[in-house]
Amino acid sequence: MKKLIALVLACVLCLFACCALAADLKVGVILVGDETEGYTLAHMNGIKAAAANLGLADNQIIWKYKTPEDQTCYDAALDCIGQGCNVIISNSYGHQTYMVLAAEEYPDVTFVSMTGDFAALTGLDNFKNAFTKVYEARYVSGVVAGMKLAELLESGELSAEKQPNSFDADGNVKIGYVGAFDYAEVVSGYTAFFLGLRSVVPNVAMEVNYTNSWFDIDKEAAAAEALIAKGCVIIGQHADSTGAPAATQKLLDAGNVCYSVGYNVDMLPTAPTAALTSPTNEWSVFYTELFTMIKNDEAVPADWAKGFDADAVAITDLGVSCAAGTAEKVAEVIAAIKDGSLKVFDTATFTVGGAAVTSAPCDMSFMDWSTMTAIYEGETVEAIVDGAFAESEFRSAPYFALRIDGITEIK
Amino acid sequence: MTVSHEPLMRIVKRGESPFKLKLLVRLAAVLLALIVDALFIYFVTGLDPLAVYTTMFQGTFSTPMRFSWAMRDLASLLLIGIALAPAFKMRFWNIGAEGQVLMGALATAAVMVFYGGKVPNAILYAAMLVAAVFAGALWGFIPGWFKARLGTNETLFTLMMNYVAIQLVACCVNIWRGQASGLGKLNMKTKAGWFPQLFGQRYNINLMITVLLVVLMYCYLRYSKQGYEIAVVGESENTARYAGINVGKVIIRTMILSGALCGLTGFLIVGGRDQTISTTTAGGNGFTAIIVAWLAKFNTFYMALISFLLIFLEKGAGEIASAYNLNDFASDIIAGIILFFILGSEFFINYKPIFRTGRHETINKEVA
Repeated sequence: MKKLIALVLACVLCLFACCALAADLKVGVILVGDETEGYTLAHMNGIKAAAANLGLADNQIIWKYKTPEDQTCYDAALDCIGQGCNVIISNSYGHQTYMVLAAEEYPDVTFVSMTGDFAALTGLDNFKNAFTKVYEARYVSGVVAGMKLAELLESGELSAEKQPNSFDADGNVKIGYVGAFDYAEVVSGYTAFFLGLRSVVPNVAMEVNYTNSWFDIDKEAAAAEALIAKGCVIIGQHADSTGAPAATQKLLDAGNVCYSVGYNVDMLPTAPTAALTSPTNEWSVFYTELFTMIKNDEAVPADWAKGFDADAVAITDLGVSCAAGTAEKVAEVIAAIKDGSLKVFDTATFTVGGAAVTSAPCDMSFMDWSTMTAIYEGETVEAIVDGAFAESEFRSAPYFALRIDGITEIK
Repeated sequence: MTVSHEPLMRIVKRGESPFKLKLLVRLAAVLLALIVDALFIYFVTGLDPLAVYTTMFQGTFSTPMRFSWAMRDLASLLLIGIALAPAFKMRFWNIGAEGQVLMGALATAAVMVFYGGKVPNAILYAAMLVAAVFAGALWGFIPGWFKARLGTNETLFTLMMNYVAIQLVACCVNIWRGQASGLGKLNMKTKAGWFPQLFGQRYNINLMITVLLVVLMYCYLRYSKQGYEIAVVGESENTARYAGINVGKVIIRTMILSGALCGLTGFLIVGGRDQTISTTTAGGNGFTAIIVAWLAKFNTFYMALISFLLIFLEKGAGEIASAYNLNDFASDIIAGIILFFILGSEFFINYKPIFRTGRHETINKEVA
């Protein structure tokens, strides 16, 4: 009889334990790097801030650091589930093909593949993508760089007589950009940066140098040095290390006229006088929304993308070298983006092949490029809406891949 | 009276140690390792050593899933060890397992990309297997042939072949990834060429083939004529020649076998584990397996034990880092200390230290 009672008690306890577990949030976080790498650090800080907002305890988050974009990611997801996680987040683009396999097998667990681009196409209720509209912040960082460039030109510190190398044959000022890979996310980013810069200084020409890696200090430094050697005055970047700002600072100190716009993190500690600002993501906005939705049992959208409208993007503190009046101009531009009067990819501000863009069909399919077949069939949408390219509206991950006039890619 | 020049301690090679002694030395080593590790854990990381050991154990044993992953990773490591055994027994320093595995993996991936979904699955698997074994064998044959015919240095040759293989893989991955930033899983939609689950376990095929090869390689090295030839060539090439063994032929044949088995490992990794390829597909196991093969003195059953130990330590270190939010360098030190003592114990099994004593001195004097 005692045994029976014990058994019943044990069952009841288990039942309670299960209920408590279901009601509680436990998050597994799969990170491509660790706190030593800006991109991952930004995600970690966002998740920690969101956890603090919702009062999550430390043991409600399991961290998986330095997870490469391979089978390890799938293992890490399953291991988190084994430890009771009901939300799995991965922070790198390439994690998504492994996350989706786990999502198919565990329909009760919510999977969020940050920066991924096919959640809506899978038909899975538990697989999500999220990205910020960071191109808005890149546009603003471009404005900051443009203000600096205008100041340099006005003061005569930069002129065709003194630095002939920094002007091309048409009299455009040369600027440079260190990009990771030649695909839509980077193209969207550098185009926004360029358009922001050109909104202040109309005669500019930009060169993009690719490193084929998201994080490589040496390659990024080398790319920045090569661009500055060609005469580039501003170095923007879409790569995760401090390589480019450090190289720019070194060459500025050596007497060149060159300034850096970083990414993700404040580059002032690395480049105290060369760094102007960095566009950043405020991931805590998304993570707080995500945790709240799951706690309240609300449906998480398959694609989440917000920008300045929700303060999900920002630029870091302006550097000491920024031109006078930059802060006011930045506030003005951000306000215009917020109220919709300024559209980053306004078709009136750029041309492709010398002509204005009136139509930009975008295929949303997720491709297997090795066999040239679609893994997930998507619609082809018309991205030009009301005279602007509607970035991050049809899915959270960027799809702006037009190569506009004024920008040259070096491959 | 003469002054003794006997050093404080001498090292003397033991004969064949009795089993009891071997066991005792190894147990002492593990115990010492745990004590030293406990000091490190307590004083450097400030954690409770017993809790850390429990966590380490959990890295492999806490759930059936983790155990299955450990077995899967063990299979890859052990299989490369088995592949290396005949070459090393022949005293042919095959440092090229990493490249031979990668070539097998690349051939498998290429067949999956080009023929996936176009031919029946059975034929696809067969083609993947044949291509992988052939590619691995080729990567073994080339340095083997050069050594046998031209007397080139096989250590450098096989090492350099690794880099050629890595670059070939990097090149193909770059082509196949197209406009994406990474390759992802191959044949994601059709799953063509992905191994099926067997008996409800995802990695059973890899594991069963490995177990089979443990037995086969043991028998090959110990009981076959070719195994004997390998042993003779390894002991002395001149003796082998005197006995009428065609040394060049044995070298080439053994390297083809070694490379082919590495290629087979590549096939199992791509088809059964990763379903994709990258330059890290072999993951350094091609080098770790050298330790496995050497420590076990080419006995494949010991190799299984040593592979298990290495995988257990690796999983344990990973779990410690994750559970205690510890820098992975610290957790690697914890695992490394254990490995150090276990490797060190082999020394004390083969050699014994003799300390200078008064008695020894008198004996020496009498002899003098």
